[in-house]
Amino acid sequence: MTDLSASPAAAPVRASSSLLTLDARVRRRNAAEARFRGYGFAAILLALLALVWLLYSIFSAGLPAFRQTVIQIPVTLDAAQLDKAGNRNPDEMAKASTVTYGKVLSEALKAAVAQNGIVIEGLDDKEIAGMLSQEAPAMLRRDVLANPALLGQTITFQAYATGRVDGYYKGRVTLDSATRDSNVTPEQLHLADALKEKGLLSTSFNSGFLTMPDASDKRPEAAGLGIAILGSAYMMVVVLVLSLPIGVAASIYLEEFAPKNRWTDLIEVNIANLAAVPSIVFGILGLAIFINMAGLPQSAPIVGGLVLTLMTLPRIIIPTRAALKAVPPSIRDAALGVGASKMQSIFHHVLPLAAPGILTGMIIGLAQALGETAPLLLIGMVAFVREFPAAPPSGLFDPAAALPVQVYNWTQRGDPGFVERASGAIIVLLVFLLIMNTLAIILRRRFERRW
Amino acid sequence: MKDVLTENAVKAETSKISARKAQVYYGTNHAIKDVDVEILDKTVTAFIGPSGCGKSTFLRCLNRMNDTIPSCRVEGSITLDGEDIYDKRVDPVQLRAKVGMVFQKPNPFPKSIYDNVAYGPKIHGLTRSKAELDEIVEKSLRRAALWNEVKDRLQTPGTGLSGGQQQRLCIARAVATSPEVLLMDEPCSALDPIATAQVEELIDELRTNFSVVIVTHSMQQAARVSQRTAFFHLGNLVEYGETGQIFTNPKDPRTESYITGRIG
Repeated sequence: MTDLSASPAAAPVRASSSLLTLDARVRRRNAAEARFRGYGFAAILLALLALVWLLYSIFSAGLPAFRQTVIQIPVTLDAAQLDKAGNRNPDEMAKASTVTYGKVLSEALKAAVAQNGIVIEGLDDKEIAGMLSQEAPAMLRRDVLANPALLGQTITFQAYATGRVDGYYKGRVTLDSATRDSNVTPEQLHLADALKEKGLLSTSFNSGFLTMPDASDKRPEAAGLGIAILGSAYMMVVVLVLSLPIGVAASIYLEEFAPKNRWTDLIEVNIANLAAVPSIVFGILGLAIFINMAGLPQSAPIVGGLVLTLMTLPRIIIPTRAALKAVPPSIRDAALGVGASKMQSIFHHVLPLAAPGILTGMIIGLAQALGETAPLLLIGMVAFVREFPAAPPSGLFDPAAALPVQVYNWTQRGDPGFVERASGAIIVLLVFLLIMNTLAIILRRRFERRW
Repeated sequence: MKDVLTENAVKAETSKISARKAQVYYGTNHAIKDVDVEILDKTVTAFIGPSGCGKSTFLRCLNRMNDTIPSCRVEGSITLDGEDIYDKRVDPVQLRAKVGMVFQKPNPFPKSIYDNVAYGPKIHGLTRSKAELDEIVEKSLRRAALWNEVKDRLQTPGTGLSGGQQQRLCIARAVATSPEVLLMDEPCSALDPIATAQVEELIDELRTNFSVVIVTHSMQQAARVSQRTAFFHLGNLVEYGETGQIFTNPKDPRTESYITGRIG
């Protein structure tokens, strides 16, 4: 008892009483913190490395898609051969097929080779003609049909070189690999070098990659993203026009007006679940409802847009509700307190304050929709489309492709030229996403500045 | 309309709001029990009482701000000028135009000072021209003793003002719609003594035009600004009467205990 009263509480034992020396406990705590910081830093470093590696692999494989090797050939367009009727009527000129134009082109190339005094041993006529892309005659024919006045003239035609010759200048094809390749011979590559020396062959920016439609397996050099970009743009318009008003209206109703009962709880849970449903399920839904039941055309941007809208809606409603919820209740009270109706308080005060958050959610939802592939496969967007869709609104019902599906499609093809195209398409997709995100940031800044 | 003289003569006796057996429930929680109170016109009435005694709840019943709480239920009768404000035909929007409110925390809209004050008159269609609106804004800001401080920066955001200025802006916003009753829920709790003094002075001036009901935790404030005081305890209105009488000669022992600091 005397002990207890003498020292009511034993003083805690300290290793060191000086502030200048760290005791063991503090040292252990500091070490733990340093370790944790190290882990965090390592995690960031790993993530950055993965990103750099990903970007490097995409850009190194995809950037060559933006360049294309062309052979400049002086072509004499013989009217007697290409316009047998002789009346310059494009409808009748169309009788001259690509086969005829192919002959014209290969003759012209042969003449150009001879004229420049290029002699390659073991190179036959067929191999010379094989330097040109199978798409080249079709392009020449299109040019002539579009402008019949060209007939009778000698023009310098920029003919696409075949994918293997193109690959030779991008490092994909070597003289060594050509000996084992049935599609190209070393002699053809020698000829390409000779043509390049004479200035007849050059590699330049490939605008066709962004404007031309897809091409068949045998001609990767002519495959472009034109229809895919257009199709994706159409779908994004459909998604934006449908999901912004529906999503925002649904969010406002659920957040501000709906009575809090078992039904709204059920709806809430299901919206959260819908956001987690695999996107391919929406594809099956779209196939069943929009194509089989409603009878909308397959492979059309309208169906793709509708399916993506279904998929995007919960992903927009959730952040929109969060943004509405984040507006302080004092603002609602203030508005109600001066006699604003519920709707006035929402539209005059709550919505403008929530707008930056809503916009961000919207753009992220759109970006997800832009990159979505699986549901589009099921509604036939994977089809091979050569015809550009018309202008909206009727164009929304024409067959089209989509950017991510085009990537998927190209990775399925045999020719190595398509690997390059697929990576190039990914770059285009990334650029679009970057543009959308930048837009989101700019819009958000503008909305925030108003206050 | 009414004769000014007769109105002045009877002003102290005119009842503006009267509650009869008012009950408020939050779900199953009986928050306000059997409150009978007469709030007089052109008078400052103070509600005092310990935290959680229901004074704010009762205040919010007077302009039906409690409607925004789904579980809240009001029984009994509360009338404004003899009309039951909980009648089915009453639109709370119209009621709140007559019974304005100032909140505990200053809550200006994140808009310009001008727009803050002009918002109420705009949505109630009180003005026909920009000039009239300008006039109302100036008059309201003058009433709130804020005009001289902000007249050169009416287009700057209201959220950029100091706390005391923001609260006076909220008062200006509330008086801009020309309410008949002004409810104030601890309007000075977030303010420093100087701003508090300004707001108290303001409340005293507002009495000439409105009936003011103020909830406060400060008994000194209640004594300074109010003519009538109601003491709430555990959801009951314990005592209601002249402020002087409540503070100097309370009838109920609970009131005396609270005022002398023994409960609350």
